Amino acid sequence: MSDLTDLYQEVILDHGRKPRNFRPMPDATATAEGLNPLCGDHYQVFLKLDGDRIADVSFQGSGCAISKASASLMSAALKGKTAAEAEDLFQRFHKMVVEGDASQADGLGKLAVLKGVADFPTRVKCASLAWHALHSALRGEVQPATTE
Amino acid sequence: MSFDVEAIRRQFPVLSQRPHGKRLAFLDSGATAQKPQAVIDAVTRFYDRDNSNVHRGVYDLAERATAAFEGARKKVARWIGAEPREVIFTRGTTEGVNLVAQSWGRAHVGAGDEILVTGMEHHSNIVPWQLLAAEKGAKLVVVPVDDSGQVHLADFERLIGPRTRIVAVTQVSNALGTVNPVKEIVALAHARGVPALVDGAQAVPHMKVDVRDLDADFYVFSGHKMFGPTGIGVLYGKARLLEAMPPWQGGGDMILSVSFSGTRFNTIPYKFEAGTPDAAGAVGLGAAIDWLEGLDRSAVEAHERDLLAYATARLSAVPGLRVIGTAPGKAAVISFVMEGVHPHDVGTILDAEGVAVRAGHHCAQPLMERFGVPATVRASMALYNTREDVDQLIQGLGRVREMFP
Ligand SMILES: Cc1ncc(COP(=O)(O)O)c(C=O)c1O
Repeated sequence: MSDLTDLYQEVILDHGRKPRNFRPMPDATATAEGLNPLCGDHYQVFLKLDGDRIADVSFQGSGCAISKASASLMSAALKGKTAAEAEDLFQRFHKMVVEGDASQADGLGKLAVLKGVADFPTRVKCASLAWHALHSALRGEVQPATTE
Repeated sequence: MSFDVEAIRRQFPVLSQRPHGKRLAFLDSGATAQKPQAVIDAVTRFYDRDNSNVHRGVYDLAERATAAFEGARKKVARWIGAEPREVIFTRGTTEGVNLVAQSWGRAHVGAGDEILVTGMEHHSNIVPWQLLAAEKGAKLVVVPVDDSGQVHLADFERLIGPRTRIVAVTQVSNALGTVNPVKEIVALAHARGVPALVDGAQAVPHMKVDVRDLDADFYVFSGHKMFGPTGIGVLYGKARLLEAMPPWQGGGDMILSVSFSGTRFNTIPYKFEAGTPDAAGAVGLGAAIDWLEGLDRSAVEAHERDLLAYATARLSAVPGLRVIGTAPGKAAVISFVMEGVHPHDVGTILDAEGVAVRAGHHCAQPLMERFGVPATVRASMALYNTREDVDQLIQGLGRVREMFP
């Protein structure tokens, strides 16, 4: 296992403590739930789409520092992106965190701080939870997204 | 007999490893207990020497496998005070509850009927009843849990009504450690002609259980939580009830004769054991019972009480830490939350310090909701734990505070 400080970097702790865009969105055009049945972490992701562009994104819910920071960083990264760009980000993030492909970090901006999660297999699902919800919201799926 | 915890620890090979270069403090026995060498050897010996399908062959080997399997059943029966035919081997507690819900429940629960459970049940003593209730148009009634994590007999008295068909209650809460007065609860149910199922999953590793003394109609538990193998568990049921119940799963072993014009079912317990059973698992469970019987029960209980008192005192002194579940006379389980840190993060940091705890909802989400927390950290102790394990936990929590000031 790598060092804990690779996992709990300052940026992550900061976003975990003070998540950005952590609010409901009454006029959301798409929303989806992310649920980790293993630990009970639970988020709702809201999107406001303006045509193909993500005009606003927010989330609500509860979970650990990793899942919350990941959701927070995701929300910051998504604003202004098109649905296709968001999907591309999702794929890159997935490759970095789930498959451990560190080379993806370059194209991910601030999200790169979550690279260390790949070395903590028990926490990979925490980092990807909100992303699965995003994915469902973009596709307009009704079933809650799970990390399973 | 006295209790030498170091001698006990040496019998558990798992405990000597060093995760992340640290001494292992295994504080998750509530999820599954470690296995003593005697159990591991019994399972190996079965496969080395006695393996063949039970109740099938006419040859010596098959006879030995059957004898080992049925010998394990007798051990279980003696250990819990039942008759061997009242001991049904299952995959575990979960399967035991499902068997009762599907076989007894479908025959006895109808529209408008009630199934009484408590607010501290494990999902495995909730969901099988919900499935039954949904099918039958029945409903679950829930006995409330107070702020200390206890249920009260007065609530059972109030809630066991004319439509109550069964009371299903855990003896020991896996999430809080609360020990429920199941004997009194069973008596209250019986006074109104209602049978009771007791979930003993967390009780059997910690205390002597006598199903006749409890007078439980059904009693379910898992081998793996009482130092036996995974994949094996027990449903005890009163013979009179089991005999009247329809079979659950169909297949080999549960029949007397099969023809397309009609099938005759086997007698109990075989009627409820369709297919090839986990014979090696049963043998391992028997070995776990032998091993437990070789210990001084009261010394083990005193050791666990000491651990719980020590851990409670030390944890209570940690700033910002709140213990959830403060009932008197608990089993050696402590659930807690730390202000400003999610249990999952606590778990990861403790892991780096060699401390294995459970962080999550402990398959008791309604109970977590009751206490207004999404999850807790749970340290659950067994007879092989020491004060050193607790000290290591406390030290690890110091590390948590450093990272989450
Ligand atoms: C109180 C209680 N009941 C039921 C179960 C389910 O046991 P199993 O998963 O072995 O079927 C558990 C195990 O976590 C438990 O603690």
